Amino acid sequence: MTTEGTVLDSPVLEYPISEEEAASLSPRVGPVEGLRQTLSLAWRTLVQVKHNPAELIDFSIQPLMFLLLFTYVFGGAIGGSPHAYLMFALPGIIVQNSLFTTLNTATGLSTDLEKGFFDRLRSLPIARFAPLAGRIAADVAKQAWALAMLIGLGYALGFRVGTNPLAVLAAAGLVLVSTLAVSWALVLVAMLAANPEKVQIFGFVVLFPITFTSDAFVRTASMPGWLQAWAKANPVTLISDAMRGLLVSGPAARPAVESLLYVAAFTAVFAPLAVRAFKRRV
Amino acid sequence: MAGMTYSILTEGLVKRFGETVALDGIDLAVRTGSVFGLLGPNGAGKTTAVRILATLLKPDGGHATVCGHDVVRQAHQVRQLTGLTGQYASVDETLTGTENLMLIGRLTGQSRPTARSRARGLLAAFRLSDAADRAVKTYSGGMRRRLDLAASLVTRPRVLYLDEPTTGLDPRSRGDMWDVVRGLAATGVTVLLTTQYLEEADQLADEIAVIDHGSVIATGTPTELKDRTGALTLSVRPALPADVPAVAAALAAVTRAEPEIRDTTVTAPVAGEDVMPAVVRRLDDAGVRVAELTLRGSSLDEVFLTLTGHRSEELEGSAA
Repeated sequence: MTTEGTVLDSPVLEYPISEEEAASLSPRVGPVEGLRQTLSLAWRTLVQVKHNPAELIDFSIQPLMFLLLFTYVFGGAIGGSPHAYLMFALPGIIVQNSLFTTLNTATGLSTDLEKGFFDRLRSLPIARFAPLAGRIAADVAKQAWALAMLIGLGYALGFRVGTNPLAVLAAAGLVLVSTLAVSWALVLVAMLAANPEKVQIFGFVVLFPITFTSDAFVRTASMPGWLQAWAKANPVTLISDAMRGLLVSGPAARPAVESLLYVAAFTAVFAPLAVRAFKRRV
Repeated sequence: MAGMTYSILTEGLVKRFGETVALDGIDLAVRTGSVFGLLGPNGAGKTTAVRILATLLKPDGGHATVCGHDVVRQAHQVRQLTGLTGQYASVDETLTGTENLMLIGRLTGQSRPTARSRARGLLAAFRLSDAADRAVKTYSGGMRRRLDLAASLVTRPRVLYLDEPTTGLDPRSRGDMWDVVRGLAATGVTVLLTTQYLEEADQLADEIAVIDHGSVIATGTPTELKDRTGALTLSVRPALPADVPAVAAALAAVTRAEPEIRDTTVTAPVAGEDVMPAVVRRLDDAGVRVAELTLRGSSLDEVFLTLTGHRSEELEGSAA
């Protein structure tokens, strides 16, 4: 290994920027630049998938497996027949999968903090919101992908949309907006947790029970009274009901509006907390 | 350019973390185009100072400018002029070397072709061309460190912060890194380097500030510091413990410094090896039988002892 003059021999470095360039620096990042930087960082998160195919399994095979297992293992027992259960459970599984995906946002952020990659980003002349927004944008893209896959497989198994294309779009919008709201809480967790493993533990201890104590997978009627009371108020129930209304049949407006109220409240509480913790941590 | 200009100026920089005072009023003046060494043990405040200058931390008191821009109020300008390479390689391990460098280029407004050609050039300059399309997690420690340095050069900074660039590297990679820093310095970039190693600061820096407990305790060129503290350390262990006072007297007479006695070994800082004949003659005259006589480069610990009169806390345990 020779080292002599490695850097000096490279005219490509054109080192460093000139006095003139240094005298005409921009004082701040424009909004268009900030958006472009967000997209670059979202690209980076998606390229990671290319290099780490295990992640692909995480956010595409896992939901499909859930769908297959629930439909064919529990479906007959819970819903009378796999097909009847599929019509009931697919909207709920979409919600469950979206919520679990927010964990990726949190573990990804936590990893970046731990590895020092955030320091690198923050030392660059880029918009302060870009690292966070880029991560969230990439995860929304992954969500959309998983959503398409779930509906695709659902169709193959016999699921049929009972409404219209507009309602389907509204359903997709609702689930994306809801997970975005939940993402803020997860960002907060990522900022407060010491490492990605702790974030995972949080997911199991909090996200798991909240998701399952709803009518995402089963009707609340068979639950004990105290649990029913909670399950009916659980936002996961409201979103699942709204999804059912929008994708299959039944009332959609009321649960959708209630879901959006939750979304607004969640965002109002957690977005400022998350941004504050983000600024303090990094 | 006429006269001296300074790329980095700090005045009374203070930073606290809860009860801990990390920086207790630091004044630094780093000349444009020079390599400035910030020398001190772990926990002295070196990294905190660099993080403030790189706009990653806000100071609690005092102020700092980089190329004339305030690091708090004009942080965005400062970021356009500086590059940071930390103790830990801060690159995305799942991406390839090329992707990491291109990402930074794209983020800072370079077109795709420009970002690509610049990434290629930097990878070649740092001997990473063969690994360009491999995920960084397969890189060795030295390769990661070089990629990290390359990453901080994508924006062609006028000021480069190198926070302990060789900590944890094997001697060969350390030598490589020194060559790279020398090469960079020759291109006109101003380098602020933190290190725990006196030898590293001596090898690379035009000027050194020694910091301890968040304060600058000495500044000067390596030669000035060595003249004050002794670049070398002479240690003598007499065969008979009873001869220790005689050895101490002999060393004091030659070096004109107060020797330190630990067990039966007497050590004193010396400026150069030319004192050896005089030391040997005096010991001989005093009739001392010598069991061990060594002359070696001073450790940071010994420089500290000379400068502060106390051993640095961090090194105390290991020195005993």
